[in-house]
Amino acid sequence: MSWPCPYLGVQEAVISNPIKDMSADERLHLISVSLNKRHRKEKQLKLAGLAAITLAIGFLVVLMTNIFSNGYTALLQSEVRIDINVPKAEILGADGAIDIQKSQAFNWNGLVKKSFRAGFPDVKGMSDRRMLNDLVSENAGYELRQAIEKDPSLIDQSSFWVKTSDDVDMLLKGRIKTTLPEKLRRIKDSQLVWINQLEQKNDLRKVFNTAFFTNADSREPESAGILGAIVGSAMVLMITIIIALPLAVMAAIYLEYFAPPGRLTDFIEVNINNLASVPSIVFGLLGLAIFLGFFNMPRSAPLVGGMVLALMTLPTIIIATRASIRAVPTSIRDAALGVGASRMQAALDHVLPLAAPGILTGTIIGIAQALGETAPLIMIGMVAFIVDVPTSVTDPATALPVQIFIWSDSAERAFYERSSLAIMVLLIFLISMNLLAVFLRKRFEKRW
Amino acid sequence: MRFSYFIAGLALSSSLAGLAHARDQISIVGSSTVYPFATIVAEKFGQTSGFKTPVVESTGTGGGMKLFCGGIGVQYPDITNASRAIKPKEADNCAANGVEFIEIIAGNDGLAFSNSLEAEALNLSVSHIATALAAELPAGGMTNNKDAEYQPNALTTWAEVDQFVTAMGGSKANLPAKPISIMVPPPTSGTRDALGALFVEPGLEVIGLQASEELREDGRVIEMGENDSLIIEKLVADPSMFGVFGYSFLEQNRDKVQASVVNGVELNFENIASYDYPGARPLFFYIKSAHIGVIPGMKDFIEEFVSEKAMGLDGYLFPAGLVPLTDEETASQIAKISDN
Repeated sequence: MSWPCPYLGVQEAVISNPIKDMSADERLHLISVSLNKRHRKEKQLKLAGLAAITLAIGFLVVLMTNIFSNGYTALLQSEVRIDINVPKAEILGADGAIDIQKSQAFNWNGLVKKSFRAGFPDVKGMSDRRMLNDLVSENAGYELRQAIEKDPSLIDQSSFWVKTSDDVDMLLKGRIKTTLPEKLRRIKDSQLVWINQLEQKNDLRKVFNTAFFTNADSREPESAGILGAIVGSAMVLMITIIIALPLAVMAAIYLEYFAPPGRLTDFIEVNINNLASVPSIVFGLLGLAIFLGFFNMPRSAPLVGGMVLALMTLPTIIIATRASIRAVPTSIRDAALGVGASRMQAALDHVLPLAAPGILTGTIIGIAQALGETAPLIMIGMVAFIVDVPTSVTDPATALPVQIFIWSDSAERAFYERSSLAIMVLLIFLISMNLLAVFLRKRFEKRW
Repeated sequence: MRFSYFIAGLALSSSLAGLAHARDQISIVGSSTVYPFATIVAEKFGQTSGFKTPVVESTGTGGGMKLFCGGIGVQYPDITNASRAIKPKEADNCAANGVEFIEIIAGNDGLAFSNSLEAEALNLSVSHIATALAAELPAGGMTNNKDAEYQPNALTTWAEVDQFVTAMGGSKANLPAKPISIMVPPPTSGTRDALGALFVEPGLEVIGLQASEELREDGRVIEMGENDSLIIEKLVADPSMFGVFGYSFLEQNRDKVQASVVNGVELNFENIASYDYPGARPLFFYIKSAHIGVIPGMKDFIEEFVSEKAMGLDGYLFPAGLVPLTDEETASQIAKISDN
């Protein structure tokens, strides 16, 4: 059975169709032309997209090679062997153990420098001797003292490997051009001769730069490390998670399930979205005014840093949590309510576990963002020179990106490679956090 | 329920916040020019004194003064570094908050007016630097009439600057016909204040113009952050640019940048010590009197800073670029401390 189609009839009557009047060849031609045009456009779009991605990857590769080529040499540290006889009488107490008081008063640096100069008996005169001293790290004495206090048996050893100064380190790594006129070089001609002598005696070596991973900041690049900054960052992030995660999840649940629809709720919602895009320095100012100014909390403390960054990440996590709660089908909640669960039970025991992977992903991304933040920390005094590794959340501390910022602003050339290495470490942390987010999503995500 | 743990954690962290804390390390803020020296002393002090290592922040001189003068108590810093003397306004603020302080001169520094080693070294006068930087000049600098109306600086090349300075009765420096582009520190920086006080104002006065610290804002003077390394990087990348920073940065980067000779005086340590170099200036730090004896190690730290082994000619601050005081000056600094 068939019905006449009234519309077709009307159309045919009113509108003349040019394609219908064409011959089959003409029609084919027209189609192929327009088809070609569409294909060409598609190709252009594809090429433009490809070009954009290539450009982005190109920049990334340039950036990474630059960071890597500047930074990998910081994994090694030059050392020089010096014959040192530690005068036991001046360090040991009556009981034969190390007397900390005496050890503290003893001029360790003088001992190291004097022993080093003993290897060059021909060098006389104040300025030559000073130039000779400059080849050895200013911290060599302190590090020798620490090593001996830790392992008193070393006191009988007659030769020690101690760190060279950063200038020698830079020279041995080929970062000082010896072709420049002497006046413009940090290493002078006479120093080059001495370094050559040391090299011939096999008294110079490069070892893995453990100090970089076991020390906090130092003014001497050869003893500067990132441990303090990593511990500081870990404390800050811990505080951030403790504060931001529960608050954000509670806020999201309230807004999704309990908030009465109305102007106030809309207002709160708009504000949360706005807060997510507020520049981070503003949160730093808030922290300075409220936490430091009003509550008199300590300056430079990871506790305050964590609280400020928690405020900053709060909106991100709220938005992610709300999205993942909404992604859970209403049937789950309806079923829970249907069998007599309370609204709280339905939200906490049924919806939340299913939304957890999404919440975690959002949290990790928010936290990764907080890990890379320096601006708010400037205001609360966490951008500072701090030598001691923090042991509690109220101790002064820096964070990893702050350490990079401080080193990159230091005059000494050797800090340049160290900041590049620190950037690599920060990137490794960021990449692993993002990978964890991807993994959690893949592993626990439920499809409906 | 798991949420009770979260709430417990929250309560715990807020109770921590309420804890009044006793600070057992010195807190130092202030100038980014003094920062490298203060950190060296701090580290040495931490290694040898048995006290905790002081915490040093680089906030700029102005920022440091604001924090320092905020009040008395552990939440306020104990010492602020300054690359210029305290301003009357800042001293008033200190007084209003009951902060009494001792001023110590840590040593001398010189403003380097530098460009890349690859470019030609300039030999100019403070008037050249001043006219290149000034916001307004008679007829914008396009006249030889001193009394012409002051208009925004229209000089675009160093040769024009030279021509204008000569027309005003200054010395000729044979500057190249290269565009003017100068990087300066931000207004919060003491180095910026020193630039105004040592180069711009006297430079304009010498050739009989109205003294002003205002710098031009037409893009030829570029304001940088408190980051001298960045200025060095930019100078290397663009040999036509100039930058203003402290002597210690010049010392560490002699293989990249060179300082211009100003008023016929080379920038080196002797000329800073003798104050022959027009950009020579003292560096300060200010100590909160009320905190001495309250914060552990305050007195010891200050004594370490002004000691011969730190500030002296053979001291460890000299290789870092701090030009030592004369013996009498050092003695008077030590006297200021022992009075308290």
